[in-house]
Amino acid sequence: MPTQDVARRRDPELRVYEPHRAGLPKFGPYFRDLRHRLPFAAEFSRSGIRAAHTQTVFGQLWLVLNPLLMALVYYLLVSIINPSGGGIERLAHIVCGLFVFQLVSGGLQQGSTSVTGGGRLIMNMAFPRLLMPLAAIRTAFFRFLPTVPVFLVIKLFTDEPWGLEMLLGAVFVLLITVFSYGLAAIMATLQVYFRDTSSFLPFFTRIWLYLSPVLWTIDDLGGHGQRFAHLMLVGNPLFSLIGGWTELALLSEVPEPKVWLAATAWTVVAAVAGSLVFMSRERDFAVRL
Amino acid sequence: MISLSASETEPTEVPVTDVAPVTDSAPEAPVAEAPAEPDAARTPTVDPDTPPVVSVQDLAITYRTTFEKVPTIKSAIVRFGRGERAVREVHALQGISFDVAEGTSLGIIGANGAGKSTLMRALAGVLPPTSGRIEVRGEISSLLSLGVGFNGALSGRENVMLGGLAQGLTRAQVAERADEIAEFAELGDFMDLPLRTYSAGMAGRLAFAVSVHMEPDILLIDEALSAGDAKFKNKAAAKMDELMSSARAMFIVSHSLASIRELCNEAIWIHEGRLMLRGTPQECGDAYMRFLEVGETAFTLEDL
Repeated sequence: MPTQDVARRRDPELRVYEPHRAGLPKFGPYFRDLRHRLPFAAEFSRSGIRAAHTQTVFGQLWLVLNPLLMALVYYLLVSIINPSGGGIERLAHIVCGLFVFQLVSGGLQQGSTSVTGGGRLIMNMAFPRLLMPLAAIRTAFFRFLPTVPVFLVIKLFTDEPWGLEMLLGAVFVLLITVFSYGLAAIMATLQVYFRDTSSFLPFFTRIWLYLSPVLWTIDDLGGHGQRFAHLMLVGNPLFSLIGGWTELALLSEVPEPKVWLAATAWTVVAAVAGSLVFMSRERDFAVRL
Repeated sequence: MISLSASETEPTEVPVTDVAPVTDSAPEAPVAEAPAEPDAARTPTVDPDTPPVVSVQDLAITYRTTFEKVPTIKSAIVRFGRGERAVREVHALQGISFDVAEGTSLGIIGANGAGKSTLMRALAGVLPPTSGRIEVRGEISSLLSLGVGFNGALSGRENVMLGGLAQGLTRAQVAERADEIAEFAELGDFMDLPLRTYSAGMAGRLAFAVSVHMEPDILLIDEALSAGDAKFKNKAAAKMDELMSSARAMFIVSHSLASIRELCNEAIWIHEGRLMLRGTPQECGDAYMRFLEVGETAFTLEDL
């Protein structure tokens, strides 16, 4: 899309605005516009991260401190409930799953308010609104990145093996990020119509945390483990997504094919469904804000 | 400077012309007479084949709000029992039609709540029409609100990048203009301090500087132009002139009839969501003033 050469002025693009409440925009122009505007989403998210801790003493250190303290709290909780299950191994497991879970929950929380919170931008600028949840997910992802070295340092103190398989974990991180994007888009849409969404969300994600293999492992479940695991594999997207990541990053084991399959399927479903739901509704947003 | 329709002295609501069926005949026509025309001259190109830059056809926009006077659970239950919904409709715009030819600078006047900003937002593609249609040929740059996307915790320099990207420029384009913008805003060392340490006027100046340093094709300006002190105002006015000379068409919303007369070669007057009059800025301004003096009751559309 040429934006500055003089030739443009004689060959202007025709845009037509017509009534539409629902229905999808034309994909071609929409995604071209989206790509053209991506740098804005990136800058928007980057500045949000940079601005978040400017007034604090620890500043950007909070990006690491925050998840670390969170992991410590959960570690205390788990080792109190189950005194035999403490130790650095347990901490490494919790940290491994929790940091990546924070990517999901942070993305969801930020994403849900991304549209309603972007009032002035949305009322005054015409751009593909999908940029708002995308920016939120980018923020969540870049908050996650500095926690990876923290996890690795903790892993150093365990007896868990190190191997090239760990690099495959990046695939799961990618899947988890895309999955969160899909959900964030849905939540952002919901939030426009039902402003209570973001208030419910923390409780929802908290329950989801307990249902996912973050604070516990399959082995903790004893005899029922396998049946439960099968149920979770089908019913809980984060079971395969976080489970796969933990297996790779912590245990250096390549997960079974069914884990890969479930994780990929959930990601594709979430991303496609999220984008479509959001896009079909986004032209209505400006009226609703 | 007058355009196609304003040459008849009679105020006209320009009819919807089907000259250019919306589909794809549009881009071909203007190419032919392209190179010869000087850039700066904003005299209307009186070529009947040229499609209008902006064409608004029977536009209506209705807001639906579910605001309740007494938002209690009881009233919600009662309403639910009756099968009613607490929806109030606000007809912000009704039956607006006009075409704008290339080189037009259109002033939009009207009282508060007349629908001026709604019209601008519809032109920018922010608000979808409830009915009717809008055709726009070209890239719209809007100055609907200053400082959109700014972040108070960041420095002026960082906000320039953020604001520029928000306006739809590319990173390279903003970087290219960053110095120029900084110079224009005259903030000196404050450029590297967080925006929250600025005075309101300084923040306004920076926002204005970012907004006007773009390459407008079709420019929408919504009363956003009163930034800064007297000295800066002059500079701002000069910059506006420069912007206007490079835009293909312009829309200005303002309560200042003087600036409408000065900046525009055509005007429309909107009242309560209806197009009352289209004509020269002078005609519209006079009619509007007369309307304000006489008052609403004694003045109906038939009087025009």
